[in-house]
Amino acid sequence: MNILSVTALRKAYAKLTAVDNISFEVNRNEIVGLLGPNGAGKTTTINMVLGVLEPNAGSIHIEGLNIATRRSEAMLRANFSAVYTPLPGNLTVSQNLNIFGRLYGVKNLPQRIDELLKQFDLENFRDKKCGVLSSGEQTRVGLAKAMLNSPHLLLLDEPTASLDPATAREIRAKIRNFATQGEGGVLWTSHNMYEVEEVCDRVLFLSHGKILLEGNPKALPQQHGKKTLEELFITVAREPLTLGRE
Amino acid sequence: MSIYRIFAIVLRQFYLIRGSFSRLFPLFVWAAVDMVLWGFLTKYLNSFVPSGFNFVTALLGAVLLWDFFIRIMQGVTMAFFEDVWSRNFLNIFATPILISEYVSGLIFSSIATSTIGLTVMLLIVGLFFKLSILVYGLTVFPFILVLFLFGISIGIFGSALVLHLGPAAEWFIWPIPALISPFVGVLYPISTLPAWMQFVSRLLPPSYVFEGLRTIVSGGQASMATLAWAACLALGYIFLAYLFFTRIYQNALRTGLIARYSAESLS
Repeated sequence: MNILSVTALRKAYAKLTAVDNISFEVNRNEIVGLLGPNGAGKTTTINMVLGVLEPNAGSIHIEGLNIATRRSEAMLRANFSAVYTPLPGNLTVSQNLNIFGRLYGVKNLPQRIDELLKQFDLENFRDKKCGVLSSGEQTRVGLAKAMLNSPHLLLLDEPTASLDPATAREIRAKIRNFATQGEGGVLWTSHNMYEVEEVCDRVLFLSHGKILLEGNPKALPQQHGKKTLEELFITVAREPLTLGRE
Repeated sequence: MSIYRIFAIVLRQFYLIRGSFSRLFPLFVWAAVDMVLWGFLTKYLNSFVPSGFNFVTALLGAVLLWDFFIRIMQGVTMAFFEDVWSRNFLNIFATPILISEYVSGLIFSSIATSTIGLTVMLLIVGLFFKLSILVYGLTVFPFILVLFLFGISIGIFGSALVLHLGPAAEWFIWPIPALISPFVGVLYPISTLPAWMQFVSRLLPPSYVFEGLRTIVSGGQASMATLAWAACLALGYIFLAYLFFTRIYQNALRTGLIARYSAESLS
């Protein structure tokens, strides 16, 4: 069974169609990259999968649970981290994890928090308010929150955007490990094409709300006469009409 | 409904209040100032009237109950505003939490914070002005219940309004008790009001509380049937306020406001 199944999803605002009839899946032990220029519809898609934005049409199932009718159950199996939604800065790292752990119904919460603080190298920041942490440290706290309930579906919106290269590599390895060792699948957005090539098993290129290309990030550039994924990305961003979904 | 998730909302409020003097202080200080101010005023007024009528019982008790209503309302809205101020809606509403659990969390947070305010007020009026709330007899409990229920309904309504209009709409919430107070007769009988205001009074549950309180002070008995009606009215307002909150939330899901709340509107 797919971890995430998105079918004919559409979201339109008054004069703009942000997401236009897209369908895709994320399978168990798979990392899928959702790529595209700014305004392509990546974050809109993630917000709909999280149930904080209602689509105009289409359906989203997480492990078979339709989020339109069983959102709460579905969200017990999912979690997310996004660079633009830091956890409340007026609470400490452990307080935030304690609160979100309860919201996600995590069992043996104190033990789980200890594990995650160690895993994300946050032990020294346990009693520090999140607002005083550097952006990289806040990103790690956000990732620890995202792992609290050992989600089967992990949504990551530019998770390494504010991390230094060394920490970003460690985080990529952790997420890669999460996807391959556990039961989870990951939907990942990033503007860093080298990272995407290294981490993702499959990528979806979005442009103007539509999926333009889909495939293996290592093979896709050659299939479209480009040397690198970055070159392909630039083509998608500037000349989407020259490409078509294959 | 998950008690675990409701508790998470209450726990968040506990952490914030415990760690912040500026959050702890307002829980009781304004209520305490009100009690002291009205305590001395009523003592002063007592010096003008012959024995028999006690302004402390008539006015200070009413002000205490009205302040309790304000604490309840603000307890709900303050807990909600914490998510507004920390831009936390996306994090909170992307969890498995149900709207009913979230609103219940706000209500339980309010019960905890307003209990602190009520305790301080009771201590001050008891110690310094010799007013025991039990002077009104057991009727004081329905009084408190009606004000509690109505405070919850106004708190939920105010939170929904801010969710819809954006963070700057906080301005609309703080004066709500002041707008209601002329109609509910905290300090004077409803019969003092013109006919159209009396009509509005009949729709507001606190009116029945303060009329009942005055009846007791003047030696009569508050009608339990009337108070039961006031409680039903307040429950009806809670239902309507919750319905309003869920409609606003559904609208925010459709428009994408939850995910982009700091923009205040999507136009």
